[in-house]
Amino acid sequence: MSEHVMQLSDSTFDEQIGSASGAVVVDFWAEWCGPCKQIAPILDEIALENPGLTVAKLNIDDNFEVTRRYGVMSIPSLIVFKDGVEVDRIVGAKPKGALVESLSKYL
Amino acid sequence: MTEHRNVLILGSGPAGLTAAVYTARAQLEPLVLEGEPSSTSDQPGGQLMLTTEVENFPGFPTGVTGPELMASMREQALRFGAELVTAKASAVDFSARPFKIFVGDGEPAYTADAVIVATGARSLMLGLDGEDRLLGYGVSTCATCDGFFFRGQEIAVVGGGDSALEEAMFLTRFASTVHLIVRRDQLRASKIMQDRALSNEKITVHWNTQVAAIHGDEKLASLTLLDTVTGEERGLSATGLFVAIGHVPNTSIFEGQLSLHENGYIAMGEGSRTSVEGVFACGDVQDHVYRQAITSAGSGCMAAIDAERFLESTGH
Repeated sequence: MSEHVMQLSDSTFDEQIGSASGAVVVDFWAEWCGPCKQIAPILDEIALENPGLTVAKLNIDDNFEVTRRYGVMSIPSLIVFKDGVEVDRIVGAKPKGALVESLSKYL
Repeated sequence: MTEHRNVLILGSGPAGLTAAVYTARAQLEPLVLEGEPSSTSDQPGGQLMLTTEVENFPGFPTGVTGPELMASMREQALRFGAELVTAKASAVDFSARPFKIFVGDGEPAYTADAVIVATGARSLMLGLDGEDRLLGYGVSTCATCDGFFFRGQEIAVVGGGDSALEEAMFLTRFASTVHLIVRRDQLRASKIMQDRALSNEKITVHWNTQVAAIHGDEKLASLTLLDTVTGEERGLSATGLFVAIGHVPNTSIFEGQLSLHENGYIAMGEGSRTSVEGVFACGDVQDHVYRQAITSAGSGCMAAIDAERFLESTGH
């Protein structure tokens, strides 16, 4: 797992998301989700290539409180936060080009 | 820059990766365009990436999961020197050799002396209003991804084949009730799957029934069902909808390039030959009858051997 990607949990979520500067994209994922595994390396690359964007991951199995709070019903779900507030959501695995395009306004 | 290859393989399910293992061992240095990530079955690894337990692939007496099986096939192809690229062909030109394969706009990304088409098939959706809007909000293309979110809820699975029953049974791990919506008064699925599904207390079968409409603002709330015998409509509250009514081949980029059947599947000649000499096809993109991992893999082997002989005959 990349060191460029921030790890979140139920107990640290609010503090980490609230205190981040700029946009944070949170990947809601689980070990048993095939499409999640396919986009994981892409998100690592996006994190590496865009130092201005914070990429974070939340394992939904271990952190169901935050998962439920945001009404996630499908994974992978990428939720973009600014100043602690959800501003955008991308549901389902997508190719890198499509993800970069969707995230371009936050880079 | 256009790169030239002996063999280019389109797709990385059991057919494409078996073709990669065989052509790599034959020293043909194949390149596999494995596809792009998606939450549908049109993704690297193919349809098995969205399944759980595979019980009928020979050599795995205790079963294997679809993603594990595909990871092993991928590793085996890499071991013999196949090159895998995470991209999807956007267009092909099979009018002259070497064949041209495009990825995105502009110049062809590759030329190849032989092409093996293994782009597979993807699940059909219902085509109802609101289906796209509610995708990811109750409507799902991936039971293994999303089943977890329906713990204790009532959900519906549409279809009567093996895939539908496998999804329905998988979803009983989470859901309180799985409503199986079957168009006819019988199931298409294999006997063993029927026995298991029909004896599962959490599965309620709705015979002679179709989904006429889906409802929900921010997320799926209910369905309108149509009784195909009486024509009567009735409501069913359901927070999840999983569709497994059949497949459509991934052949849109081959229209005008290869002979296709009316249903979109590639029309085959002898063995794995297509209408274009030097272009071979294998797996579900040319098979709407058997559609098994093992038949796909077998046909991938046939395509590799046919491609190898074709290249030999043209002086490779």
